[in-house]
Amino acid sequence: MEILIALAVGVLGGSGVWLLLRPRTFQVIVGLSLLSYAVNLFIFSMGRLRTGAAPILEKGGTGSLAVFDDPLPQALVLTAIVIGFATTALFLVVMLASRGLTGTDHVDGRERDR
Amino acid sequence: MLDDLLLAAIGIPFAGAVAAGLLPTKARNAAVWLASGVTLACFLLLWVFYQTVSGGGVLRHELAWMPSLGLNFVVRLDGFAWAFAALVSGIGFLVVLYARYYMSSEDPVPRFFAFLLAFMGSMTGLVLSGNLIQLAFFWELTSLFSFLLIGYWHHTGAAREGARMALTITATGGLALFAGMLLLGHIVGSYDLDVVLASGDRIREHALYLPALILVLLGCLTKSAQFPFHFWLPHAMAAPTPVSAYLHSATLVKAGIFLMARLWPVMAGTDAWFWIVGTAGLITLILGAYVAIFQHDLKGLLAYSTISHLGLITLLLGLNSDLALVAAIFHTLNHATFKASLFMAAGIIDHETGTRDIRRLSGLNRSMPFTARLAVVAAAAMAGVPLLNGFLSKEMFFAEALDASVPLPSMHILLPAAAMLASAFSVAYSLRFIHGAFFGPDPTDLPRKPHEPPGFMRFPVEILVLICIMVGLLPAATIGPYLDMAVRAVLGGATPAYSLAIWHGINQPLLLSLMALAVGVAIYLALQKHLLAGIEGPPLLRDLKGQRIFERTMVFVSWRLARTLERLLGTRRLQSQLRLLVGVSLVAAICPLILRGIGPSLPKPTAVDIPLLLAWAVGITCAIGAAWQAKFHRLASLILLGGAGLVTCITFVWFSSPDLALTQLLVEVVTTVLLLLGLRWLPKRLVDARLDAGGPGIAPRVRRLRDLILAVGAGCGLSALAYAVMMRPFPDSISRHFLERAYSEGGGTNVVNVILVDFRGFDTMGEITVVAAVALTVYALLRRFRPARDSVEVPEQQRDQSSFDDAQPNRQVGDTVADWLLVPGTIMRLLFPVIGVVAVYLLLRGHDLPGGGFVAGLTMSVAIILQYMAGGARWVEDHLRIHPLRWMGVGLLLSGGTGAAAWAFGQPFLTSYFAYTELPVLGSVPTASALLFDLGVFALVFGATVLILIALAHQSVRSHRAAPPPSPGRAMGLAGED
Repeated sequence: MEILIALAVGVLGGSGVWLLLRPRTFQVIVGLSLLSYAVNLFIFSMGRLRTGAAPILEKGGTGSLAVFDDPLPQALVLTAIVIGFATTALFLVVMLASRGLTGTDHVDGRERDR
Repeated sequence: MLDDLLLAAIGIPFAGAVAAGLLPTKARNAAVWLASGVTLACFLLLWVFYQTVSGGGVLRHELAWMPSLGLNFVVRLDGFAWAFAALVSGIGFLVVLYARYYMSSEDPVPRFFAFLLAFMGSMTGLVLSGNLIQLAFFWELTSLFSFLLIGYWHHTGAAREGARMALTITATGGLALFAGMLLLGHIVGSYDLDVVLASGDRIREHALYLPALILVLLGCLTKSAQFPFHFWLPHAMAAPTPVSAYLHSATLVKAGIFLMARLWPVMAGTDAWFWIVGTAGLITLILGAYVAIFQHDLKGLLAYSTISHLGLITLLLGLNSDLALVAAIFHTLNHATFKASLFMAAGIIDHETGTRDIRRLSGLNRSMPFTARLAVVAAAAMAGVPLLNGFLSKEMFFAEALDASVPLPSMHILLPAAAMLASAFSVAYSLRFIHGAFFGPDPTDLPRKPHEPPGFMRFPVEILVLICIMVGLLPAATIGPYLDMAVRAVLGGATPAYSLAIWHGINQPLLLSLMALAVGVAIYLALQKHLLAGIEGPPLLRDLKGQRIFERTMVFVSWRLARTLERLLGTRRLQSQLRLLVGVSLVAAICPLILRGIGPSLPKPTAVDIPLLLAWAVGITCAIGAAWQAKFHRLASLILLGGAGLVTCITFVWFSSPDLALTQLLVEVVTTVLLLLGLRWLPKRLVDARLDAGGPGIAPRVRRLRDLILAVGAGCGLSALAYAVMMRPFPDSISRHFLERAYSEGGGTNVVNVILVDFRGFDTMGEITVVAAVALTVYALLRRFRPARDSVEVPEQQRDQSSFDDAQPNRQVGDTVADWLLVPGTIMRLLFPVIGVVAVYLLLRGHDLPGGGFVAGLTMSVAIILQYMAGGARWVEDHLRIHPLRWMGVGLLLSGGTGAAAWAFGQPFLTSYFAYTELPVLGSVPTASALLFDLGVFALVFGATVLILIALAHQSVRSHRAAPPPSPGRAMGLAGED
């Protein structure tokens, strides 16, 4: 299972990096989203992959890592997902404004000299 | 008690500066009263200490600053520092009086006095420093405030240039000095001045002595305008004359002298000291005096004369003899008095006639007789005429030049000759000053009709000239005790016997003096013709301009060099920067792998689940497809991106994380809607025709290949890293702590939620604040949004629909759009209450079951989005008023308030309280205070998400003015360009 998730992280991350290096703002936005999937999965996998572990405690009980899923990476990733949404929104709007001002959707605000 | 007062000596001027700075711009008299009060208070305060200090005592006051580093703020006052401090505050008082009449009523005078007082405070702080670092600090402060003072008339280019040059030179020197001080502290093992002054042998014998010496001297020589750093001083004459009188007689330029004399007992006495200090002083002495003769500007003449006199003092310090040190200190005091009075006299002439050009001035003796007499006496002191103070210290200088024990025999002749020559030059320029301005025929063609200045403007000059005469006539009775006190403070037991009498009989120094006077008069007479011709610049040295070299260096360093470096190493292009970033991260990640290996042994991997494998087969295809299509098929790419996101979401479910899966799913929905709204404003991109005709050129192919290698490398690296971490034994982490206490202390069974709203509630608060800030930024950016010209038009589909509606007689424009998705639209409207209830449910159960404020807020915003999609912006806003900003505000207040409420119970911020409440119908609901907090999170996330989406959606409804047209051919992206 680990190899599958590692592969998934690699492909998502690699595709994201490829898009980050492209010249169009939309490509970069998609790239950042892909990269954030990869990073979120990566952080999540720090708690190890556990199928069938309980995420919710018994009332009045205390949990242990033997039975329960690791909550810490989950809490980290949950906030990362929300912040990721916010930054995507911000970047999208900056990109639209920049395109309105410069007339191009090139990441540098001007076309490459050819 | 006395020690405590020491702090006041530094504090009063700074407090006065702040007070003066706060006065209204026109409060001229108030500023003068304040400034003169402050300077006088400082001067009088010094007399309180005089009793102790004159007996050879040292007053110290220590404040702990960084005791762990051995750094204390030490105010230290001995006789030498006292003499300088008295000079600083005494002449400061006279300058303030003088400035009252000099400064025009149009100038913002309170600012002037604020700078002046702050400068005085820095200078006092410098001379009273008992710690090397502290001294360097005040040193830089004097540079800074002198910059502000020189640039006071900042509307003139000369003032700005002069100020900039002075700051560049003196502050650079200050940096060198700081490094030198660090070295000294390292050698001695302490930054305390008393310790340093007690370890002379250790310093001189240390291997780092020479570097420390050079660095310290760089500071001193730049500050005291010694060759080759002298050229900033004449340019600083663009300052108002009171500033020149203050900075260049008693204070700023004397700081270098002060420090050289202060460290003289521990650093001087070596050949290196003699060669560096002596040579700089000798060259400056002669060069300054020579150039001064040929200045046509009164202040320029005085500036070069100042340089020359500073050279004289420096040379004396460089001679490594105790008596020379006495002469140096004596001349420092004398020079301060006669030079300050001469600057003031030059200022009076400028003020009353409107010019300082010697070629235009003449015969002022008749229109301003008092000023003329005062100036004559002061200039005579400068020239070294007997019975005046300048004569006495110059006699001592000659005696030292004759007796100096120098390393080279030829210096025995060179030194006295140079001393005589420089003195002759100084006689010549003093004559020029007096003869040029006050004698000769009546002036013609002056900007103003010359007359005597107000009595109070002359008063400071009178005081100073009186001192010149008194010291000249009765040296032992007037200056004697103070000089003795200052010298003893520096030399201690090694103080030599010296005599301050006017008449020592006929001896070599006297003969040299008389010779210098005669030669000086002869030089002046011989040069009459040349000087009257009015040629700019001195003969022989006309082309040697330090200023030009300085400017070329500045242009080179701050412009050409920077530009070259930027061209070679920098780029404004994002792609190159990102490429570098990825490349460097790759290398940084590979290095430890090669150096340290992969680490501990790995347990056996778990078996692959086939359903998840299939899901990821889709997910990976989606990811690669999204990357592939993002350029020309944005919508397809967006859909594929959503596919990859969904598979990620499934993965979270698979590995027992329902909370994450829920959040991911909802964010996925909201992000997709957001990006869809954005697509409308992006340029059309069509596959370029050239692509069919043979594809992109070589360069884009190479770039793509390079990026592909980078991307594959990054992907492989990420895979390897993720795999390596997952295969490692699980360490003991704080997760255990959270699992054990989630219920007993947080009152919830959903540990993730308890972490978010309770254990790490403060982090969550920070996070939602960020979300709020982002939403507001988006809102603000979109309010002023101007789309590109080619995106302003109504889209093709909408035009088609409208023209269809127009053509039909029984249809209104917009009907087709309304009919579009009629059935799903109705269902969406009906879903609103259902989704709302789900959101509330998710919120309430969040503490115990998957859900919580984030998820609930996103769910609620999805409900709103659906209404917008179903009915359009206008319909929704007619029926439902959402106030996203209020939601956000309430959310922030609620979460912050819940945290603050804990204070009311004497608990730390965000301490939570919980209990279960029985509610009718709903049953047992956890009512932890964390729920209130979560309610705040909900309100904020909802408000922020809706604000962003609505702001973006509204752009399609707004009528836009297009941005200015871009140059043709730029709007269309071309294929094969990346």
